[in-house]
Parts: sequence; structure tokens; C-alpha cells
Amino acid sequence: MDWTTIISTTVKAAIGVETVWYALAAIGINIHFGYTGLLNFGQSAFLAVAGYGLAVTVTVIGLPFWIGIVVGLAAAVLLALLLGIPTLRLRADYLAIVTIAAAEIVRLIFRSVAFKDVFGGSDGRRGFSDGFYALNPYPDGTYGFGWFTFNERVLWVLTIGWILVGLSCAVVYLLMKSPWGRVLKAIREDEDAVRSLGKNVFSYKMQSLILGGVIGSLGGFIYGLAYASVQPDIFGTETTFFAYTIVILGGAARVFGPVVGSMIFWVLLVLVNGVLSGAVQSGFITFMDITQVGPFRFLLVGLGLILLLVYRPQGIFGDKREIAIDAR
Amino acid sequence: MRRAVIAFTAFLGGLILLLAAPAHAADPEQSLRGTLKLQGQPVNGVKIVVTTESGQPVQEVTSNAQGAWEVPIAEPGPYKVTLDVGTLPKDVEVRGGTNVRSLTVYEGNPATALFALQAKSADGAPPGDDGASSAFWQRAAQLTFEGFNLGLIIALAALGLSLIYGTTGLTNFAHGELVTLGALIAYGFNTGIGLHLIPAAALAVIVAGGLGYSQDRFFWGQLRRRGTGIIAMMIISIGVALFLRYLFLIVFGGESDSFVQYNAQPGMQIGPISAAPKNLVAMGIELTVLVVVGIALLRTRTGKAARAVADNPALAASSGINVDRVIRIIWTMGGAIAGLAGIMLGLSQNLKFTMGQDLLLLIFAGVTLGGLGTAFGALIGSIIVGLFVQVSTLWIPPELKNVGALAVLIIVLLFRPQGILGRRERIG
Amino acid sequence: MHAETTKEQKTAALAAFKDLAREPGVPKPDPILVVDNVVRRFGGLTAVEVEHVEVQRGSITALIGPNGAGKTTFFNQLTGFDTADSGQWTFNGRNMNGVPAHKVARSGMVRTFQLTKALSKLTVLENMRLGAQAQKGETFWRALVPSLWRGQEDEITERAEELLTRFKLDAKRDDFAGSLSGGQRKLLEMARALMVRPELVMLDEPMAGVNPALTQSLLGHVKDLREQGMTVLFVEHDMDMVRDISDWVIVMAQGNVIAEGPPDTIMSDSRVIDAYLGAHHDAPLSEDELEQQLHEAEEELVAENEEEAKK
Ligand SMILES: Nc1ncnc2c1ncn2[C@@H]1O[C@H](COP(=O)(O)OP(=O)(O)O)[C@@H](O)[C@H]1O
Ligand SMILES: [Mg+2]
Repeated sequence: MDWTTIISTTVKAAIGVETVWYALAAIGINIHFGYTGLLNFGQSAFLAVAGYGLAVTVTVIGLPFWIGIVVGLAAAVLLALLLGIPTLRLRADYLAIVTIAAAEIVRLIFRSVAFKDVFGGSDGRRGFSDGFYALNPYPDGTYGFGWFTFNERVLWVLTIGWILVGLSCAVVYLLMKSPWGRVLKAIREDEDAVRSLGKNVFSYKMQSLILGGVIGSLGGFIYGLAYASVQPDIFGTETTFFAYTIVILGGAARVFGPVVGSMIFWVLLVLVNGVLSGAVQSGFITFMDITQVGPFRFLLVGLGLILLLVYRPQGIFGDKREIAIDAR
Repeated sequence: MRRAVIAFTAFLGGLILLLAAPAHAADPEQSLRGTLKLQGQPVNGVKIVVTTESGQPVQEVTSNAQGAWEVPIAEPGPYKVTLDVGTLPKDVEVRGGTNVRSLTVYEGNPATALFALQAKSADGAPPGDDGASSAFWQRAAQLTFEGFNLGLIIALAALGLSLIYGTTGLTNFAHGELVTLGALIAYGFNTGIGLHLIPAAALAVIVAGGLGYSQDRFFWGQLRRRGTGIIAMMIISIGVALFLRYLFLIVFGGESDSFVQYNAQPGMQIGPISAAPKNLVAMGIELTVLVVVGIALLRTRTGKAARAVADNPALAASSGINVDRVIRIIWTMGGAIAGLAGIMLGLSQNLKFTMGQDLLLLIFAGVTLGGLGTAFGALIGSIIVGLFVQVSTLWIPPELKNVGALAVLIIVLLFRPQGILGRRERIG
Repeated sequence: MHAETTKEQKTAALAAFKDLAREPGVPKPDPILVVDNVVRRFGGLTAVEVEHVEVQRGSITALIGPNGAGKTTFFNQLTGFDTADSGQWTFNGRNMNGVPAHKVARSGMVRTFQLTKALSKLTVLENMRLGAQAQKGETFWRALVPSLWRGQEDEITERAEELLTRFKLDAKRDDFAGSLSGGQRKLLEMARALMVRPELVMLDEPMAGVNPALTQSLLGHVKDLREQGMTVLFVEHDMDMVRDISDWVIVMAQGNVIAEGPPDTIMSDSRVIDAYLGAHHDAPLSEDELEQQLHEAEEELVAENEEEAKK
């Protein structure tokens, strides 16, 4: 077994592209679910509309990169409004079902043959990231030290990605310390009580949905730019579920919970993958073949999610006295 | 409510009698196909060439003894189908002149290329053709029938989901996996041990029920005892769904497959509807099970207790109902009928590790339309969803049919946030 | 700080009620709340059907009635938490039907809930601060700049602390509200409602589930509200309490207002006895027996509430 490769890929995963875009998606979910108590299971749709907004603006319409970003952000806000108006008055369980349904609708439309000219069907869109890499200040080459080496393109994506993660965390920190954040947390506890104190609950929920959606949509940009493509099935419900796992792993309603959660999630996933593939290839494990390693990791994700909620619902950093998922 | 329930049960019962004959099967993966007939007689040995829109060859086939031909299509998209006129019997020609058809193939759906044949000697004037409108109604009838079939399958799954929600407050995102589970267990008995599908299915339903029981006994029941909140349980069910889904993928693989028996049954024509006998039998079974469960809910002690618990668990408990026992029975039954739904789904489509997951949102749509937690609401909602999904393909591309159903779900909740039959919550 | 020292409001209220007829729907000299024909049905059940009722400004009015009489539902209609099927009501002369709950609260009509809604994962102080109105830091963009709302937040905190001291919760200010006892939560909920600076305070069973040691202090606080110029409308089951603090009593049964009158005579009204004991109870009851029955009902309720709280 090639331990050097396993360990180096694992260590790199801690700050890699996946970690970044999942962290952004999870920060959004943390605002919705962790602070406001909104069970938005349609987060992947925010990433999708942003990624596609960018891709379609650049490749189909032929406008510059930064207009694509604006379009993507606008699409995320619009989606939040469209999703929020019918759903924010619903009970938590209905909200979960309806948001998941809405995200499926978005995905099915993106992958449909009927709109293939615009969204590119199940292949998605590619070739819209040149504008982004044109801004890359790093000259060609390899950067880093030890196992942390990246080429200039990845380094550029990671730089922007981590800046966005940092900014998002700062915004969440400021907001959740403020009276605005207090209203959100109160809504999570009991929205009727908040209403009886003269707060427009619907408006706050909508603001929360928009903010979390927009931050999540940054994850969609990062994915699209890092891989220079978007495909509909990347933005399926499982993406949302993994992001929920990340939020709970790191600790719901904690500013850095989603970031640390994402790092741990991807480190574990890459590590398990490396170790199991290695073990299968070198014959230590015979009950699985190499194609089963991938699914097996995700089976472990499911198991991990169950165990977390049963034994440590507050996650790594959470405070058991202050979490939305009360295990009463 | 009671009246509505009785009426509904009677309605279902009546359908069983009416349908003591026909049904159909949607073929699994996408394909292009057609049947060549001349005055009702099959025409075989005719060459059909399928190319992409731009002319890249895909495959050539010849029609078989039944006049049928089929080309599997890997990538959905637009295709061209050409009938080689040279291979037609001498005195036969394609009606309307052109021997090329352009069609769009949608994911998971067969597309049919129609070539009407006529005798060459016949003088040019085509017989009075009211084709367009009658073809529409024929399709509408066919789709209604298919929608009903789908609706019944959804209803089977939805019943358990709804009762479990009503009694335990759990919105079970792993219910789709229980559907897959039933199908895969039957598949295991069927292909692994070599049992005929009928005993295999019966065994699988029993096993699925047993697994439902153990799930409650050893997992959900324990969590309830710990006082786990409903939101935590909902997210745990997502964990369970992921776990099972990938377990299926590991065990069953990513390919789709079918049961050994009944997989390629030729359809028969019943009025405007074409249906394979297996579908008719499947619908009969589904209806019977739904009626039996409906009657059980209305008439038996346990059934009444189940409805009472779903209505108001605290009140039911204080009136001496053993809530835990009722919940366990519901889980057992729910698991069994979800498994049955999976087998029925596997019969009309192919088996795949995602088959239940793909159905889950439609199940939710059915349950939500009816109002979470109401058993009969779930039935009505499911059948509406099934019909809507299929019939909507008259106007929208089949690949977007689920979009329509989900959009309707959202719109209904916009006007009735508690579902069609659900109740408002209390405040204060 | 008890009402014995400053009794002007009480005297004024009693004077206002002195010559009123004891009829349901009787007009009051200076009503703050006027309700007309409010109807709410749940399927076949008519939970509320109030023809006309007025609440006198500056008074403490009790709303009593057997369980299921529709008191909570009536509160829900008035405060915008539920939509009435029909009806009109005015608060301070302003039409309030169809106004959403948060706007009702902002206009000065604040309610509490029968099952206490303390925000258990917020601290006691945060609960209090939430009640303050027109907070700059509650708008999204300003929230991002602490210097814009710090000053106001300090004022709010000061006011919250005063109220907490008055309600003897100051020692708990940094505890999670969830850790308070049932009675303390009721206190907190009332104090939090006062942060809104209401004109009319509507309390739904403020004493239910509160241990006897705390009831006296709760009573004192309710009387205080009147002395500070607020109007109180409250739902209560304990007749001792009703007699002790209310200036006027409105009785509901089966959704209707069936009687009104001063607290010391209302319980001998035959309509009220019928409502509580059922019309077929024809033997006239002595006041003591009646009291006994009411106490039993009340104990049941307390037990129920405690169970609810334990969940
Ligand atoms: N959301 C609701 N759905 C159906 N019935 C309700 C609802 N809320 C209250 N009710 C019914 O309305 C009646 C009045 O209830 P409520 O206002 O809670 O009475 P009270 O507060 O006087 O005890 C009761 O019969 C109750 O069962
Ligand atoms: Mg009440």
C-alpha cells in the first residue's frame, strides 16, 4: 500500500476544492437550519442555479464572466423568493418535503432534453471559466510545500474559495451576535412567541433563506470554476444531505462548525477511500472489489450521520443546550 | 370522513371487479421501437436503420415474426429512424410516402416510430382519416390506465409512510429504500435461489414485514424511548436512507435488471388500452391489498386503534390503547406493503438500487396532498399523483412528468398548507 | 411595590363599572377593545361566536369559562394568530380584523400563551431583549455594523434588567430560559410581553401550573400593570384569584359570552352556574359547593399543565 499517496491526498483534502464548496453550502444550511430552524432540503438548487447562471450567461449568451456571477447571484436570490413564498408558512416537515421537491424540479429541468440548447442536458455546460482564470495572479507553476502542492489554477480557486469561506464566516459571526440573529434564533425556538412580540417572522425567515441561499450559491460557483463545468446531477439531493451531515458533524449553530465539519468530512472520506482501495488492490481485503469502495464510503456517511444524531447531536463544537435538533 | 372512507373503499372494490382483465408495462431503459403490420398481419424481415440526428449510425435491426423491432438507446436525444423500403415485401409501401421519422428519445422512456404500411396496388386515396383526435384519446386512455397503475403502487408505499408519520411523527426519508428492499429481496429469492417469482414475492413481502418490525423494535422504537425529537429522527432517517441505498448499490450493483419471470410479456389490446397480463394481475393485487388494509383500518380493533393513535397519540394512550404495540404493527404492515410496492414496481419497470429513492418524492407528494398522517388521504393523494404524472405526458415531455407532479404539490400546499385532508394545528 | 400603595387606577376602574348593567355585551364608558360578531368554526364545531363585547380601558378584566369554552380561540382571533371566519373588532378605535399577529403586537395589544412559550435555548436576558420594539440591530444591514445598534442595545438591556429585578428574575439573567421552573417561565413571559410596552396585556391562564408561593407575586404584578396605566384582559380558572384582582368578569361558554358582571356577584348568576355545571344540574348549589367544584376542575388543569410542561 502506498501510504505516502494516501496520506498526502488525505492532508490535501483538508483544504481542497471539495472542502471549500461543501463548506459554503453547509454555512448556508447552518443559517437556515442551525440558526433559524428552517429545514431547507433544497440547498443543492441554490448551488445549481448559481453555477448554471454563470455557465449559461458565459457560454450561451456570450457575456463576460463577472456578469455571469451577477446573474448567478440574482438567480439564487430569485430562487429563495420563489421557494420561500409558498413554503415558509409551512410546518417543518412539509417544508422539508417541499424544498426537496423544488430542488428536484430544478435539477430535472437542467437535465431535460427539452432545454438541452440552454442547459446542455445531462452533460451540463463547460467552458465558462476562462474569464476567471484570466484574473489569476499566480504565474504557471507548482506552489506549496511538502504534500501541500497545487498548480496555479487550483491555487487560484482555493485562494478565492477560502476568502469566500472566511467572509461568510465573518458575516455569520456578526449577524448572529446582533439583535437580527437573536430574532432568528428565537424563531427557531418558537415562532408564535416571536410573532407575539411584534416581529415579522415571515420576513426574517425569508432573509435567512436568501442569505443562506446566496452563501450556498458561492459553493456552486466554486464547483463550476474549479472543474470548469457544471452537471445537473452534481446538484442532487445527496449533495444537500452531505452538507447537512457536515453541519451536524461540525456543530449546528456554531460559526465555524460547517467549515471544520467539511474538513473532517472530506479528510475522512478521502482517507477511507485511500485505505480501502489500497487494501483491496494489495489483496488485504477480498470481500469487496474496487468498484465497491466508492459506495462503501457513502454507506459509512449514512452510518456516521445516524450515530452522530444518536450519540452526539451537538456535533464536535456544538453546545448541547443550544441546538436546533433537540434530542429531548 | 368515515363516509368518504367507505365510499373510497367501495370505489376500489368496484375497480377490482372491473379490472379483472387488463394492464400494461412501461419498458425500462429508453429505446426506439415499433411494430410493422399490414392489415393486421405482422410484416417481418424489414430493415430499420437508426441514426443520430446528424446521421451517425446507431444500429440496424430487422422486424421479427411479430413485426416488432427495438433499438436500445444509450443517450436520450433526437434520432432519425429510416425504414429500408427495399426490404419491404414487393407489393407493400409506406403510407404517406416518406420512410424517415425524426423522434426525440427521453430518458427512461421508449419512443415509438410509426410506419403505416399499405398495399401498393391500392389507389392513392387514403381512407377517411380522423386519426389526430382519436389517437389523442387513445393515448389519453392508455396514460390514464398507466397512471392508475403507478398511483396504486405509490398508494401502497404511501399508506405505510403516512401511518408511521401519524403514529410516531417520523417523516421517514428512508421509506423509498423500504420499497427497493422488497424488490431486491424478491429478486434475491428469484434469481439467487431460483424460486419462481410468485413464491419469491410472497416470501419477500413477509421478510420485508419482518424487517419493518425489527426496524421499529430495535431502532426507531429505541430512539422514541430515548425521547429523540422529530427533527432529529427525520435527519436520522436520511442517514438510514443513505446507508441502505449504498448497501443496495454494493450488493446489487449499479445496473438494472429484471425478475426471471414475466419480464417480456407481450401486451394485449383491451379497448383503447394495451396492457401486459402481468400488469393487470399486479393492479388486481394492489387493489386487493389496499381494500383489505382499508377494511382492516375501519373494522378491526387494531385498525381502529391505529387510526386513533394516528389521530391523537396522547389521547389514545390515555384511553388504554397500547400505543407501542400499535406502532409496531404499523411498522410491520408498512414494511410489508412498501416491499410489495417495490415488487410491483419491479414488475412494471426494471429493478434498480435507486428505484425506491426515485419514487420517494412521488410518495411524499401523494401523502402530502392527502395531509400527512391521514391513511385515506394518502390513498387518494397517491392516486391523484400517479394519474397526474402519466396523463401530463400528453402535453409535456415524459422526462418532465415528475416536475409537473411536484409543482402541483407545491401549489396545493400554497393554498392548503395542511394538505387536502389534513387538519390545522392549534395555537396557544 | 404593591397595589395597596397606589390605588387610583383601581378606584377609577371600579367607579367606571359601578353603574353598568350585568348583561353580556354591555357598553363600557371608555372601551379600549370593542368586539363585534366574531365567529370561528372548526369544521362543524363553532368554537367562538361572540356578538358584542367591550373591554374597559385601565381595568383588569377576567375572561372565565369552562374548559373548551373558546377563550383561547377568542384570544387567537383578536391577536391575529388565527383568522376569524367573520367579525370585526377595534383596538383604540383602529380596525384590527385581518391584521397579522406581529402588527397587532406592535399596535400595543400583546398576548401571552396558555402553554408558556419561553424561548428555552435563549438566555433569560435575550428573551427580554427580544421584546423591545423598533430595534435598529434587527434590520439586516445595520446588524452587520455593531456600532449602529450598541447604544440602543444598552438602553434595552437596562430596561430589561429593571423588569427582571421587579419580577425577581435578575439572578437568572444569564441562564437559559429552559432551565427555569414553570412559574418562573410564566413570569418571564409576562415580563417579556412588557418589554413591548403594550397598552393592552392579554394573559392566557397566567397562573396555570404556577406553584402557590409564586402566585401571590404574579398577582401583585398583574395589579401593578393596571396601576401603570395598562389594561389587562386575562383568562383564569381560579375564582379566588379572579375575585382578588379583577374589576370586571366576562363569562364565556360554548363560544358565546353568556354573562358579565363584577367579580363578587358573577358566580351566583344562574347562567354561569348552568354553564359550569350543565343545565340539567337543577338543584341550586351553594356558593361553597360551587367553589369546591371549581377547585377540583382547576387542580385537574394544573396537573394537565404540569404534564404538558414535563414533555
Ligand atoms: N385548531 C383547532 N382545530 C379544531 N378544534 C379546535 C382547534 N382549536 C380549538 N378547537 C376547539 O375549539 C373549542 C374551544 O377551544 P379553546 O379555545 O382552546 O377553549 P378554552 O381556551 O376556553 O379552554 C374546543 O372545543 C376545542 O376543541
Ligand atoms: Mg385555553
